[in-house]
Amino acid sequence: MGSYSFIAWIPLLPLAGFVLLGLFGKKYFGKFSGFLGSVLLLSTTVLSIIAASHYFAPGGKTIGEYHPVTLLKMTWLPFSPGMSIDMGLLLDPISVMMMVVISFVSLMVHLFSLGYMKGERRFSTYYAFLSLFTFSMIGLVLSANLFQLYIFWELVGISSYLLIGFYYDRPEAVKAAKKAFIVTRFADMGFLIGILVLAFYTGTLDIGELISKLTSGQSSQFVHQAAGSFLGLTVVSWGLLLVFVGGAGKSAMFPLHIWLPDAMEGPTPVSALIHAATMVVAGVYLVARLFPVYVEDHLILQIVGYVGAFSALLAAIIACTQTDIKRILAYSTISQIGFMMLALGVSGYRGEDGLGFTASMFHLFTHAFFKSLLFLGAGAIIHFVHSNELRDMGGLRRQMPVTHVCFLIGCLAIAGIPPFAGFFSKEEILLSAYRSDLWIYGIALFTSLLTAFYMFRLYFSVFHRRPVAREGNGHEVTGSMKFPLVTLAICSCLAGLIHFSSLVTADGHAFSSAPELAFSILPVGLSLTGILLAFLMYRKENTLPAKISGSLGSVYRVVSRKFYFDELYLFITKKIIFNLVGRPAAWVDRNIVDGAVNGTALVTGKISEGIKGWQSGKLQQYAMYFFAGILGLVLLFVFWRKG
Amino acid sequence: MNQIPLSHILLLSTALFFIGMYGLFTRRNMITILMAIELILNSVNINFIAFNKYLYPGQLGGVFFTIFIITIAAAEAALAIAIIINLYRSHHSIDVEQAEDMKF
Repeated sequence: MGSYSFIAWIPLLPLAGFVLLGLFGKKYFGKFSGFLGSVLLLSTTVLSIIAASHYFAPGGKTIGEYHPVTLLKMTWLPFSPGMSIDMGLLLDPISVMMMVVISFVSLMVHLFSLGYMKGERRFSTYYAFLSLFTFSMIGLVLSANLFQLYIFWELVGISSYLLIGFYYDRPEAVKAAKKAFIVTRFADMGFLIGILVLAFYTGTLDIGELISKLTSGQSSQFVHQAAGSFLGLTVVSWGLLLVFVGGAGKSAMFPLHIWLPDAMEGPTPVSALIHAATMVVAGVYLVARLFPVYVEDHLILQIVGYVGAFSALLAAIIACTQTDIKRILAYSTISQIGFMMLALGVSGYRGEDGLGFTASMFHLFTHAFFKSLLFLGAGAIIHFVHSNELRDMGGLRRQMPVTHVCFLIGCLAIAGIPPFAGFFSKEEILLSAYRSDLWIYGIALFTSLLTAFYMFRLYFSVFHRRPVAREGNGHEVTGSMKFPLVTLAICSCLAGLIHFSSLVTADGHAFSSAPELAFSILPVGLSLTGILLAFLMYRKENTLPAKISGSLGSVYRVVSRKFYFDELYLFITKKIIFNLVGRPAAWVDRNIVDGAVNGTALVTGKISEGIKGWQSGKLQQYAMYFFAGILGLVLLFVFWRKG
Repeated sequence: MNQIPLSHILLLSTALFFIGMYGLFTRRNMITILMAIELILNSVNINFIAFNKYLYPGQLGGVFFTIFIITIAAAEAALAIAIIINLYRSHHSIDVEQAEDMKF
């Protein structure tokens, strides 16, 4: 146990980076800010890899299970005996896995940003924010207490807000930052209420205790009975549902997905780190963290699964029609997170039934690599052509050979072509879906076809097609930007080979899962079909895409406007909430609240206007009042005595 | 021994008090007003002495009070005259009706 205490340094180093760079960065470090941030993060990454190798070392198991380890626990805010907000670090397979992923991807992004953000006016501020984000994300995954997790959850939200709005002189960026913040805050309200409900009925905020109270036979029954029911669900189920709403907000699940595509206004490396690889999977992580509780509640778990599946499908359909490279990647992120959610939704708990859980975590792991690779590749492309639009790109494969190869690997990985990473994790997801729910399986299968199609639509549009004429002779990215690309590409090739089911499982028991060849034929075939379709439509300039979109007519228009979700939300907020709630509230404020204050002032003013003449400055008049007063008192005493 | 009855003395002090009061309200000259206030104070002094003598002959409480009042009156007179002098410097008058700047 003692050997783990160095883990406290893992979140603390980025925090130190944030404080140093935030306070002194601009003045003292200047151009070295990036270097400092990267070195600190490098140490964090090394430490977390050491921690992971300790944890997953053969000796780490007891009775064939990886046991959660709680470290440095201290009571921070006690409410009642047994109920307190503690601060502590929780190590278990998923948190260790997440810690490695976060620090590694963050390190890659730090290195990439050295080149990408060079010469930026707020260079050191940027690195300070990145460090803050890394700190809060690592804190989130290591939290041992639900409330501690919530605190870091909000910290992650604020650093995301700061980074989306990094170019605060651009109105779209400010708007996007606000949108992301408000939508996720709205969801976090659900999360908070969920935490309070669960904590109220179980009497604890500690994650481990909460899980054991809600799952072990008798006490669980007791809690469910004590909690009673509300609208046909037990209150505990409501709590779980609300916690899931929080997770869905952060993970951009339907119908709270609207903020993620807009969040692409931030600098591209930030999108890679926050809005693709780490923060957006916090919702998946949250459900996985409380998975033993969720698995007891079939209805809620089913909701999780269907929300995931529906988001995956919806985002994939929208992604096929977008023309902004980062937006396509954003929708594909929503789609992939949908995959992770649906895998959790179809998972069981014991042994082989927990395949969905393992698959979800596996997909989270591989997705982090290939999605950050794709985003960083997109960053390199945007750096080169200075535009986000697909029509400004084309024929880039000769000008940017390294980026081309890396991007291609990323696309193959996300499309699920063996032997790249995405294949293995997606296969497990599909297999677990196939075993439990054929509807979800069907949706997932169709979505993976679409995934292959839109990713290769992107690939062919950017790297093949006719070269777009542009002024100046651009150079491909510098070494500090190439290195992360190549590293991540290698990871995307190899990450799938890790035997995940022996490391991360729902109940801690390892089981073996090998991809079944016969089962893989259909999904891989579909992916290849998708690639072929994209090849036919986008490799060379032709009229096929236009024809197809023309024949789909209004359907295409609806999809390319993202199913009018933004308009719907605007309608609800502007027309309904503002008119029905905002305006009456404003009226009450202006007329009743302000009126009361103004009225008090008015009455006071009138009265003092009337009586101020008494203060005449005439000495003898004052003496007269004085005398009259004494006379009055005398009369009072004399006659009161008698009466 | 034919003592003067208490009521006579009280009548004297009342007369003195109201004379002072009259002076306080009607005079314009501040020095005169000050003198009127002295009259009022002295009427109180007479009351103290008379009650001490007639009701509690063995005690000295009233006498002490009187001495106190005389002392305070002396101090107050010095203070008041200082104020009046200052007022004269700034207003060139000791008419109480001229000094009514301290108002709303």
